[in-house]
Parts: sequence; C-alpha cells; structure tokens
Amino acid sequence: MKLEKKTICLAIYFGLLLMPIYWMLNMSLRTNADILGYFALYPKDITFANYIKIFTDQSWYSGYVNSIIYVSINTVISLLTALPAAYAFSRFRFLGDKHLFFWLLTNRMAPAAVFALPFFQLYSSVGLMDTHIAVALAHCLFNVPLAVWILEGFMTGIPKEIDETAFIDGYSFPRFFLTIFIPLIRAGVGVTAFFCFMFSWVELLIARTLTVTNAKPIAAIMTRTISATGLDYGLLAAAGMLTIVPGMLVIWFARNHMAKGFALGRV
Amino acid sequence: MDKWENNRAWFLVLPVFIIVAFSSILPIMTVVNYSLQDIWGPGQSVFVGTEWYEEMLANERLHDALWRQFLFSGLVLLIEMPLGILLALAMPKRGWGVSLCLVTISLPLLIPWNTIGTIWIIFTRPDIGLFGKAVNYFVEFDHTARPLDAWVTLMLMEVWHWTPLVALLAYAGLRAIPDAYYQAAKIDGASAWSTFWYIQLPKMRGVLTIAFLLRFMDSFLIYAEPFVLTGGGPGNSTTFLSIYLVKIALLQFDLGPGGAFSLIYFVIVLLFSYMFYQALQRVGRGEKV
Repeated sequence: MKLEKKTICLAIYFGLLLMPIYWMLNMSLRTNADILGYFALYPKDITFANYIKIFTDQSWYSGYVNSIIYVSINTVISLLTALPAAYAFSRFRFLGDKHLFFWLLTNRMAPAAVFALPFFQLYSSVGLMDTHIAVALAHCLFNVPLAVWILEGFMTGIPKEIDETAFIDGYSFPRFFLTIFIPLIRAGVGVTAFFCFMFSWVELLIARTLTVTNAKPIAAIMTRTISATGLDYGLLAAAGMLTIVPGMLVIWFARNHMAKGFALGRV
Repeated sequence: MDKWENNRAWFLVLPVFIIVAFSSILPIMTVVNYSLQDIWGPGQSVFVGTEWYEEMLANERLHDALWRQFLFSGLVLLIEMPLGILLALAMPKRGWGVSLCLVTISLPLLIPWNTIGTIWIIFTRPDIGLFGKAVNYFVEFDHTARPLDAWVTLMLMEVWHWTPLVALLAYAGLRAIPDAYYQAAKIDGASAWSTFWYIQLPKMRGVLTIAFLLRFMDSFLIYAEPFVLTGGGPGNSTTFLSIYLVKIALLQFDLGPGGAFSLIYFVIVLLFSYMFYQALQRVGRGEKV
C-alpha cells in the first residue's frame, strides 16, 4: 500500500516535470507563426522544418560538435584530476588541507559577468583563444572543485579498514585504487561524470567569450534565433530538444553505476 | 574517521590545484584591479582607492536586490532540499524503473539556461502557453504584470529546473549505503522513519552538504533564467543581484563599480557558504551513529 502511494506521487511529479519539455517538443514541431498565432494542445500541422534546418546548416550542427568536444575533454580532465585529490582529502591530513578544500569551492562563488573580460585576456595571452581546449580548461574552474567535493563525500563513506586490509594483502596503491576503491564508489563517479558534463554543457558566458568560430558552442549559436523580426521560437525549441540528447546518453551509460552503488565484501 | 597524517598527499592534490589556480588567480586579481580604478578606455584609468566600494555599499537599489536575493535563495533551499530527498527516497532501487527515473529526472538540467527562460515565456503565456492557459482557467495570472505572479513563476521554474540536481545527488548517496546497515536496522525492528533519521540521513551528509551549498551558490548567483523570463520586472520586483550587476557593469560599461560590486557579491556568497558548511559539518558529527 505504502509502495503504491510512493509510486503515484512519483508519477505525478514526473508528469509535471515533463510538461515544459512536452511544450518545447510541441513548439519544435510548429512554425513560428503557428506558435504565436493560436493555442494548440498538440501540433496540428506537424513540420520538421526546424529540425531539417539544424541538421543541414553547417553553422548549426557544428555547434553541437564543438560543444560535445570540449565538454568531453572537460569531463575527462575533471574526473582524472579529481579522483586522486578527493582520495587525498578523504584519507589524509596534510598541510593546509581544510583551507585548500574550501578554497576549491570558492571558485564557484564569483558572479560571472565581470569575469568575462579577464578570462578573454588570460586565454588570449597564452594563445588558446577559439580552441576547444581553452573552453575545457576554463570550465575546469567550476567543474574540478565540484568533482572533488562530490567524490570526497562518497569516499569518506567508505571505511578506512578497506584500504588497510588491501595494503596488508600486498596491493600497490595504484592497483588498489583502480581495482578495489573506484568500483566501490561507482555511484559517486557516475553522478560526478554526469554533473561535470551537465554544468559544462549548459554554461554559456565563458564558452561564448573564449570562442569566435572554430569552437563556438551550441548554446551561443542558439542566441542567433533572435533576429530583427523577433525570436524564432520554433527553431529555438527544436535546438533545445536536440541539446537534451547527448546528456541523456551520458546518464543512460552512468545509470547502472549510479544504481549499483556499494557492494561490500570485495576485499 | 581518523585520517592519516602525511604531507605527501599534496602530490595527489597538486594537479587539481594547478588546473584551478590557472583559471582562478589572474582573473580575480584583474577584477580587484578594476574595482580600485576609474577606467574610461584601454590604458586610460586612474586609481581611486575604495571609492567604488563606498558607493556600492551605500547603494539603495543594491540593498533591495540583496534582500530579494536572500528571500529567493531561502525559498529555493526550503523547497528543493526536502523535495529532492523525498524524490530520491521514492525512486525505485532496481529494475527498469531506475533507468526511466534517472533519465527523466535529469532532462531539465540539460537544457541551456537561456533556452529554459525562452521556453517558459511561451509556456506561461496566457494566450498560447499550456501553463498560462491552464492557470488562467482558474485564476487570473500574468507574470508580466503582477510581482507576485512573477515570483511564483520564477520559483516554479527554479524548482522544476534544479530539484533534480538534489534528487540525483541524494539518490546516488542512498545507493552508496551498504546493505549491512539496512539489515541491522531490520533486525533491530527499526521503523521507516528511524531508518531514515539514524541511517540514511547521516550517511547522506556528504552529498547533501554539497547539494545544499551548490543550490545556495547557484540560486544566489542566478542570472539567465529571470533575465530572460521577466527581465527583472515587473518594475524591479525580480531584479536580483546578478541582473543589477550586469546592468551596471556591462550595459553602462562601468568596470570599476562593476568590479567592486562583484567582489562584495563574492564575499557575501563566500561568508554564507562558509557558515553553512561549518554548520552542516557540526550537525553531521552530532548525529553520527
């Protein structure tokens, strides 16, 4: 009985959650004049023109490619650097550890607007402007601290005895870390990977500041739907629908790790 | 947990330190520079000391925006944290439902923020939007005209957009609790409530701390969604700190006051985050089983 009540509440929430998404889908299948003209619960004359435009116009679909490239680089860098660091924070006491840990998070606390110009100057001076690696590196500013914090939370939940037992059994540190420890926190790794992907994917200001043409992100290209005649809502909605797809794939691959979680007794 | 004392752990942290410091230190020093100067063109500036800080701290409109911001972030945390935890508890633990729930719940997070605002403009329009039409069937509702309606719309959008983040973190935290704890609780005959209070909640402390801090910081720094949806209006009723900052810094192109504003803003977020962090750490220790 209790279980059913839970499921019903969950279903209601998900129904409400899907409403705006459904409306975006609805808009993406109509022309702009149609959207602004009248209310329609479902599109009466379905048109795929908006999607066709995105898939055939190079300046549109290259935006997706650019975003996917720098977001992937960013996620990989964030995870690779954050995993050992989070381990250090969760297991060791060392000079300045608490200060450093909190300092990391302070990098997410500054309002972005005024920082755009210094970012531009910094990345111009090292000759990285308009490259994917520049955006990936700049996004590390907020994703690496996030990854360290999330992973540290999961690692602290694992008893230290597991490390000790493994070292007594003669495991080297890298072997212990890769074959025993990381599998234990796969829920954390899954959710961290998704969040790094997500925050980098939707970030607009830094990505737009650091790119001109070669690495222009999709979120910046979408702002082009604003023209002299107003906003092309249909095209924007179609682009919005397509921005969901890569993230859905990421969560699809991460889902097993997130659901499995902790399986004690491997050692 | 007692930690090992070892300064060589710095080597594990070093890559993170370098990569973050690279993008962090120079930009923030540049903004400090802005805030101490009057700049009217490239290479044309004069040192003004703390003048911009004094001007900003005395600015009435900034005070108003600050109170608005506290109210907004407070409401966001009060709604999203409990709702996110409840969702995580209600989500299935195994089977095909897991995949369905995880994919569905993450959808709002994946849409670029400016697009979310634009979609919600149409979604809430009384004449052509699903939400606007439905609500206006019962009561008159227009977020472009009435401040309260604008707030309700913004809160709905915010809760819709970001509760999934809390839920995903809490869900992953729940899944990381070893089965042994549940078995022990079952043997002791613990109720669902005491299992939650004495096992699940303390074990989720780490992820809930980061969820709380993330939601606080991001809601306090919110810009794109209210800017697109309401433009800070009607009147100034939804002009939050970031919106006011952009008005000063970019539209009037005053880097000096903008820099001072940014740093004051930064210090406020920093202070509150630090207080929350300390408080959450302490609460956790007291409850540890």
